[in-house]
Amino acid sequence: MSYVYDDYDVIVIGAGHAGCEAALACARLGCRTLVFTVSVDSIAMMPCNPNVGGSSKGHLVREVDALGGEMGKNIDKTFIQSKMLNMSKGPAVHSLRAQADKEDYSHAMRKVLENTDNLILKQGEVAEVLVEDGKVTGVRTSSDAIYPCQCVVMCTGTYLKARCIYGDVSNNTGPNGLSAANHLTDCLIDLGIEVRRFKTGTPARVDGRTVDFERMQEQKGNDRIVPFSFTNQSEDLEREQISCWLTYTNEETHDIIRKNIDRSPLYSGNIQGTGPRYCPSIEDKVMRFADKDRHQVFLEPEGLYTNEMYIGGMSSSLPEDVQYAMYRTVPGLEHAVIVRNAYAIEYDCIDPVQLKASLEFKDIAGFYSAGQSNGSSGYEEAAAQGIIAGINAARKIKGLEPVMIDRSQGYIGVLIDDLITKGTNEPYRMMTSRAEYRLLLRQDNADLRLTEIGYGIGLISQERYDRLCDKRLMIEREIARLRKKTVGSNEAVNSFLERHGSMPLKSGSNMEDLIKRPELSYEVLKEIDEDRPDLPEDVQEQVNINLKYEGYIAKQMRQVASYQKLENKKIPEDIDYDEVGSLRLEAIQKLKNYRPASVGQASRISGVSPADISVLLIYLEKWKGAKE
Amino acid sequence: MEQDTIAGIASGMGGGIGIIRISGMDALLLAGKVFRTRKYLEDGHSSWDEDYFKYQASHTIHYGLIVEEDESVIDEVMVLLMKAPRSYTMEDVVELDCHGGPFLIQKILKLLIRLGARLAEPGEFSKRAFLNGRIDLAQAESVMKMISSKSDFALKSAVDQLEGRVSEHIGKVREEILYYMGMIESALDDPEHYSLDGFSDKFAQILEKEIATLGQLMEHFEQGRMKSEGIYTVIVGKPNAGKSSLMNLLLDEERAIVTSVAGTTRDVLEETVHLGSLILNVVDTAGIHDTEDIVETLGVEKAKEYLGRADFIIYVVDVTDSFDEGDEKILSLLGDKKGVILFNKIDLQESWEEREWKDWLQWEGISFSSKTGEGLDQLEKYISDAFCQEDISFNNQIYLTSVRHLEAVENACHSLESVLQTIRDGMPEDLYMVDLMDAYRSLGLINGETASEDLVNKIFSEFCMGK
Repeated sequence: MSYVYDDYDVIVIGAGHAGCEAALACARLGCRTLVFTVSVDSIAMMPCNPNVGGSSKGHLVREVDALGGEMGKNIDKTFIQSKMLNMSKGPAVHSLRAQADKEDYSHAMRKVLENTDNLILKQGEVAEVLVEDGKVTGVRTSSDAIYPCQCVVMCTGTYLKARCIYGDVSNNTGPNGLSAANHLTDCLIDLGIEVRRFKTGTPARVDGRTVDFERMQEQKGNDRIVPFSFTNQSEDLEREQISCWLTYTNEETHDIIRKNIDRSPLYSGNIQGTGPRYCPSIEDKVMRFADKDRHQVFLEPEGLYTNEMYIGGMSSSLPEDVQYAMYRTVPGLEHAVIVRNAYAIEYDCIDPVQLKASLEFKDIAGFYSAGQSNGSSGYEEAAAQGIIAGINAARKIKGLEPVMIDRSQGYIGVLIDDLITKGTNEPYRMMTSRAEYRLLLRQDNADLRLTEIGYGIGLISQERYDRLCDKRLMIEREIARLRKKTVGSNEAVNSFLERHGSMPLKSGSNMEDLIKRPELSYEVLKEIDEDRPDLPEDVQEQVNINLKYEGYIAKQMRQVASYQKLENKKIPEDIDYDEVGSLRLEAIQKLKNYRPASVGQASRISGVSPADISVLLIYLEKWKGAKE
Repeated sequence: MEQDTIAGIASGMGGGIGIIRISGMDALLLAGKVFRTRKYLEDGHSSWDEDYFKYQASHTIHYGLIVEEDESVIDEVMVLLMKAPRSYTMEDVVELDCHGGPFLIQKILKLLIRLGARLAEPGEFSKRAFLNGRIDLAQAESVMKMISSKSDFALKSAVDQLEGRVSEHIGKVREEILYYMGMIESALDDPEHYSLDGFSDKFAQILEKEIATLGQLMEHFEQGRMKSEGIYTVIVGKPNAGKSSLMNLLLDEERAIVTSVAGTTRDVLEETVHLGSLILNVVDTAGIHDTEDIVETLGVEKAKEYLGRADFIIYVVDVTDSFDEGDEKILSLLGDKKGVILFNKIDLQESWEEREWKDWLQWEGISFSSKTGEGLDQLEKYISDAFCQEDISFNNQIYLTSVRHLEAVENACHSLESVLQTIRDGMPEDLYMVDLMDAYRSLGLINGETASEDLVNKIFSEFCMGK
């Protein structure tokens, strides 16, 4: 028999990386927030790789931090190795990645949640989201308790009707044997939400005592730590770091896989869900890239509390005996003992084109969805959506306009726009190539891009905002000084230049032009820049990047300006696409289905051609004219 | 979709058969209104069913007659029926193969318009085909060009483009750019897996090759344009040198005069003249003004502008007149253009001095008389030789024939050069992408393709990514 329990402003379903950010944002913005989780012991659990960040994902974490999120702070507390990737490339693709102590990470996040005002944790399974007249009214749990609320944020990750598979073994559980959420999918379908089935996987974990590290290459972290959170200082985060290890598969490994491929549930048809192309299982790699005679394998510690090591690069759903044989062909793993088998996991998720950029369902007011249940993958992608959904649920309750990050403001904007505009046929992973304005969207300037927005929302303190304003001012002043600062062609200068392999000056130049030389930098030029002020490192970095890559940055700013022109052409919600003459049938169907908010968004929908966009623009002009 | 019904002549003018095409939601009804079967007319039934074609199967041919409102017969026709969406425009389309000459075709067209069709704008069928997703942009433009193509050569080039040769050629360059973009991105995304060590040198060479390929396309553009759109020919000379009479002579010849339209400004008159397989767009600098002097009429700047645009210049000299500063003024404007000197009025004076002109100009001189027509054949042969000597190689070349395409290729080239500059500046590899993507997009404009998901798909299909 159902009964009514307490009521809340917001209910968050799930306490993974999306759920934590969503719940914290809501609670911090003053909403009474209840978080449901299948197990309070699995808050912010990392069921797959033991790291946070990496190419483009590191950007997301820093953006979440700039908006006032928790992920950056939490990994700063709990990392056991830190590394900046791509240092030989341009600043836009420098990517921060940290190995996490999984247990520590989870505990630290739980502590934050438990000590946040307005936030209540509750172990239980939500079976139904209650909707009346297209509006959320509450949720019902599997124990038949009803919790009235104004907004629901669904962050169910990979738990909806989850099934874990390896070989012919199949368990109806979520990751790590946690119980699956088996009821909510039916409710979603009843609400008219389109649901699909995705698949992903994880490699085996081995006992570190049985690994021969002598046969592998050591991968150390960086000595100088770059914090994920803009609130942390490098020197405060110094600690002893743990290494990862690199080894390779070989022909023997591939032979075993090829011989047993018919026993893989992926190939036998036992798994129907769509898997990700960017993170293929080892059997996929071997079958699809037959010309490669080896693949990389990274051994990563799961944490300081355990000997378990994650075998990065070798996720699999092959049967246990094949896994055993396969892993043991890899140098260093000859005697490895497997603690947990590799497995594939299948789960239900929604088609994200049903969402607005605020992550609210277009057709159900107050219902938001974030994270892997939107068809994305990765902890960072989940957190990024979580904070946006949380912010907007809270704003809805307060009667405020939603906050939407666009493609020119952050990777968060690219991620959400891709999901809701293009949809996805596989678990979606962030990549820097998806960000067309990536020279502007660097991990080093996430604070300059987004802190102000976070401050406006109410998740960034006055003190932090003031600090940002100071930083901005320092950058501007220093750049202005360098543009004016002349450098004579004297002997001291020219001998300095020669020493750095740079052309001597024939006549006077200025500091700005010297910084632009590839072999020089702001830092190096300190020697001949007498009246240089003493500035914080992050300010110096911005000055250097802004001057050095000025031409490229200016180019992207122009592209952004033309992008924003189309973004600002809003499409009225009551538009009747049948009335727009000359649109192709396919375009009409797509536009009706996606209901884009702007012409810019419409232009990114596949099946809508440039000609359709011209037609649409003309129609909107006409419509505007008629209205006036 | 609200689309009115359009009708137009689908075949070129001239020739034995003319085709009228009707397209749109009322195409079947309109055709039914003007068409009668011979059997119906002979049997003398009481009423004709105007919905006749609605009951006929698509892609069928019907023999019959076209009648006016008063049932009087205009012409004998074959009617081709193509119902939506299996037609060129993806709308209901009816084509009338008319046997009568141009006069009757016009008469039928006017009849259709009286009954509610709208006269198709130039290229409107293609535009509809394009808007309805039937053909891509390059094909649509090609078809439009085909409709209006004025010379054999243009037709050939249009057909090539229609078959996607330009698209295919551009597509290859694009595909290569995409591959390397995928490679760079894979290395950025998975730096521990893919390395770009030593890549920049190799890539610079590849870029130079691509730029050369595109450069060739651009070089041939001018030739392609001249052949399809006409050779822009300017006649210059001092007053009374005989420019107008030359123009008249060219026009009086029994060659077909295709058009006679006012030029881009009202200062000059532009005429189109067929010369063998070539088209000359002749600018008569005498224009519509009384005075014949281009320099005096238009001012030096304007004159320069016309001469600057010219593909070919005919400099008319009156041999009974002497070389003076008027000639010097003209000669100073000719620059390094292609052209010919016509020594006119040889019927009045048998000998003259070429030297003054030859000192200034390396052009061929032709003895000419606009009165007797002497030298005209020689002039034609000269122009023809000047532009057709490479005819054999023309056939093997791929031409960009539209300015839009040229612009796209130029932009792509420019972007690729920027990438080269980025490499030379020692900039990191991720910065190559800014201009590479621009180049890729520019080339995509030629076949109307967009770039959105190509790169990500390329990365996944060619490079083994992931943990």
